[in-house]
Amino acid sequence: MSYLEYNVKTVPTGIRKILYLNWPVVVLLTAIASVGFLMLYSVAGGQLDTWAEPQMKRFAVGLAGMFVVAFIPIWFWRNVSALAYVVSFLLLVAVEFFGAIGMGAQRWIELGPLRLQPSELMKISLVMLLAAYYDWLDVKRVSRPLWVLIPVALVLAPTILVLKQPDLGTAILLLAGGGIVMFAAGVSWWYFGTVIALVVALVFAVFESRGTEWQLIKDYQFKRIDTFLDPGSDPLDAGYNIMQAQIALGSGGWAGKGYMQGTQSRLNFLPEKHTDFIFTTLAEEFGFVGAFSLLMLYALTVAFTLVSGLSNKDRFASLMTIGIGSTFFLFFAVNMSMVMGLIPVVGVPLPLVSYGGTAMMILLLAFGLTQSAHIHRPR
Amino acid sequence: MIGGLQAATIATLALRMRFMQVERADDFRLLAEENSIKIRLIPPARGLILDRNGAVIAGNGQNYRVVITREDAGDVEEVLRRLARLIPMTEDDIARTLKEVMRRSPTLPITVADQLTWEDLSRVAVNAPSLSGITTEVGLSRSYPQGGDFAHVLGYVGPVSDYDLSRIENPDPLLQIPKFQLGKLGVEAKLEEDLRGKAGTRRIEVTSTGRVMRELDRNEGAPGTAMQLTLDRYLQNYVQARLGSESAAAVVMDVRNGDILSIVSAPTFDPNLFVRGISSADYRLLTENDHRPLADKTVQGAYPPGSTFKIVTALAALEAGVIDPEETVYCKGFTELGNHRFHCWKRGGHGHVSLPHSLEQSCDVYYYEVAQRVGIDKIAAMARRLGIGVRHDLPMSAISEGLAPDRDWKRAKYGKDWLIGDTLNSGIGQGYVLASPLQLAVMTARVASGTDVSPRLLRARDGVPEPAPAPQPLDLPEAALRAVRKGMFDVINSQRGTAHGSRIVDDAMLMAGKTGTSQVRNITKAERERGVISNDDLPWERRDHALFVCYAPYDNPEIAVSVVVEHGGGGSAAAAPIARDILLQALYRDLPPLSAYPSSQRDRIEAQRKTLDLILRDDKPGAKSRA
Repeated sequence: MSYLEYNVKTVPTGIRKILYLNWPVVVLLTAIASVGFLMLYSVAGGQLDTWAEPQMKRFAVGLAGMFVVAFIPIWFWRNVSALAYVVSFLLLVAVEFFGAIGMGAQRWIELGPLRLQPSELMKISLVMLLAAYYDWLDVKRVSRPLWVLIPVALVLAPTILVLKQPDLGTAILLLAGGGIVMFAAGVSWWYFGTVIALVVALVFAVFESRGTEWQLIKDYQFKRIDTFLDPGSDPLDAGYNIMQAQIALGSGGWAGKGYMQGTQSRLNFLPEKHTDFIFTTLAEEFGFVGAFSLLMLYALTVAFTLVSGLSNKDRFASLMTIGIGSTFFLFFAVNMSMVMGLIPVVGVPLPLVSYGGTAMMILLLAFGLTQSAHIHRPR
Repeated sequence: MIGGLQAATIATLALRMRFMQVERADDFRLLAEENSIKIRLIPPARGLILDRNGAVIAGNGQNYRVVITREDAGDVEEVLRRLARLIPMTEDDIARTLKEVMRRSPTLPITVADQLTWEDLSRVAVNAPSLSGITTEVGLSRSYPQGGDFAHVLGYVGPVSDYDLSRIENPDPLLQIPKFQLGKLGVEAKLEEDLRGKAGTRRIEVTSTGRVMRELDRNEGAPGTAMQLTLDRYLQNYVQARLGSESAAAVVMDVRNGDILSIVSAPTFDPNLFVRGISSADYRLLTENDHRPLADKTVQGAYPPGSTFKIVTALAALEAGVIDPEETVYCKGFTELGNHRFHCWKRGGHGHVSLPHSLEQSCDVYYYEVAQRVGIDKIAAMARRLGIGVRHDLPMSAISEGLAPDRDWKRAKYGKDWLIGDTLNSGIGQGYVLASPLQLAVMTARVASGTDVSPRLLRARDGVPEPAPAPQPLDLPEAALRAVRKGMFDVINSQRGTAHGSRIVDDAMLMAGKTGTSQVRNITKAERERGVISNDDLPWERRDHALFVCYAPYDNPEIAVSVVVEHGGGGSAAAAPIARDILLQALYRDLPPLSAYPSSQRDRIEAQRKTLDLILRDDKPGAKSRA
């Protein structure tokens, strides 16, 4: 279907669009962000202006942006998806040359007051472009090798750039996000089986390459894997983060130590307590009850988004919504698995809760896209 | 499909969460506490040591310290240099502190200087604004308010050394506290475990860098046990002053229950110097002094008891029945044994001597004869019954056993047979016989009381009296004891007695005693023929030891005293006057009236008193009425 085929009369117009928003998702996102404000206030030791206040402001801006994006018809967004991808890709290339050095990795470029992280942008525009691609592609051709190679190239190109930064976490999110959209579009299972086999082989190659001239990943990434496999091996250096995170998490127990009573974060035992590891503070202070509640908020958000996506008859809107919902899912699933010691530490923030401007704003804009899809869905 | 996978993942996350937060919560909670909660020890207040009237003789004084915290100091060296202008600190001190500060955590306070005076501390406090990172602290430190008076009996404390730690099997964690004070000697060392007390604990919360955030709770621990001794601080002070700079020892014992009222070794030293860490110059002065101020001569010193040992020989002979008190022995000035002559101190001899006379005039020949009759084994056994050659169990350091030699001992020690000559020498307290001043006091008390009274130093712990076993009779024939006591009475009160000059004229306090002079050199035959060199003509370290033991009142004994003056010359001249003064002091519990002294001596005694630097009594009725 092209946008010409939409029955424009059934699409809400003007101010009435507000009524057709996917309100549960808006409420859930606000709830999750509020948990974030609470935790940022706590890890700052009761200081509002350290992290919580800037985060609130950004959330407000992001929410406004989400509404703006939501009210713009979905077909506009489909038409600009290729452009968004190209811009994101160029920005990614640009950080290679002009990016500021931060945390040992070139990840963002300064645009006036905005600090833009192109890899964040790329996560969304990749999903958009893949959705648009499959919307355009004849369904019968989806599993033909040539037509599979094109989206694979679209996924791999930014992934390789991101890996070069190096940002393993984002690279994984890009790969997985892209894969999910392709899977949802109906690409044959065989390809995925093959890819998974290849990934296993690649992981093997990565380990084999260690110490040789063609070493595929950086030493510190190897170290992270090592410490994941055995955190006790290096309890004061690389394993420290994991150990302390798990201690914080586990010591929360059933009901937690109480708000602002977490010893691990307040006494600085926790690393990155306001960014990647913020979940551990939550788990420490609010216990299993708190951590599980947050997990449920995330699950509900994803569920509402997926339901919206699956029920959308427009192929682009459907695939994009599923892709964005899944990316969101990957965000928190990877972050939580990481701090709970299920996977190595790869540096993925907890969406909407971790302190960080662009990541949250872009995520909200992405949800704006799903809202747009929801509002302008064919009825 | 995708939804299913995601739901599965979320379920996995939830399960993991449950596993970590519910099932393993306790493990992690423990780890979190280990992370953030540290236990710091609070040193307990060391137990006080009190004299028999409850006055503090070892207390805890305020110890003013200056500490530095690197984190707050900024430029540590600069701050230390500024500090060095205010308090006594050498370049070495600065270097050492700097090294220590850099080695430790930046948040840990390091002691820069301690045992500061109040003036020093005030100067630091006033200048606090220019001394960032410097704070003043007050702790407790041992102090001995009477200085040297109790130095030997109490000993002293000092900072725990590596050597101390290596000696202790299972060290109290308190000992790990830097500069923790540990008893090194004497009562402080022997009663260390009880004096130390129980450590208090303070649970504190620290950050990952060790900065203390807050105190969670505090358990003050228990202060050490207060130990009340049998000593009387005024008497102790008097005795110390009376012995003065002589190399001497004196023991005052209550005949009735064994309480040591005073036990003094002279010259003394200030134990407070050791608490602060004695300077090497001061320490050298003490170790190089030929009067050995550091040695406790009262219990460590073992001297040939000389003629005081004749009490033992006499009692052994009387009990064995080998001599009757009235039986006389003819003294012609020497006894011949084979081709060797054993001389009496009196060249011309004493003529016919009975037992009381033999003590009164300290006739050696009488005892050569008696000793041969009774034999060494019985003498040695009697010595042990009277407390010589046995170790008295007091909480003091290096208590000497003395020596009551017998045949077995010589064979074991030298592999040689006992000779008759050895018996003769031993009978007059020369040769192998050794006794400490404490043992001599015990011997005197046992003879005076006729019981096996044992010395005791600890009167009460935390106000609870120590059990004191009632002395049991010695089972010596009453006639024998009476004869010996009569002889001792005559030593003082007979015109011919060797210590007649040191008599007491107060009829209620007549004393009995025995002089002793023990040779520290051999008098050769040649010298004896030339005429024995007078002590006054000998170098100090070759002169005889002067000994004296006594008790009073004669008819109802209360106090026994022993005095040894190293290289003092004759017992009657050097030791007896001191012993009499001490005895009177103990009987009157204050300076005795001059009327207790023979009239001819009163002027001299009065003059001598003025030279003594005594602490003032605050329990005098006179003092109270003035107040």
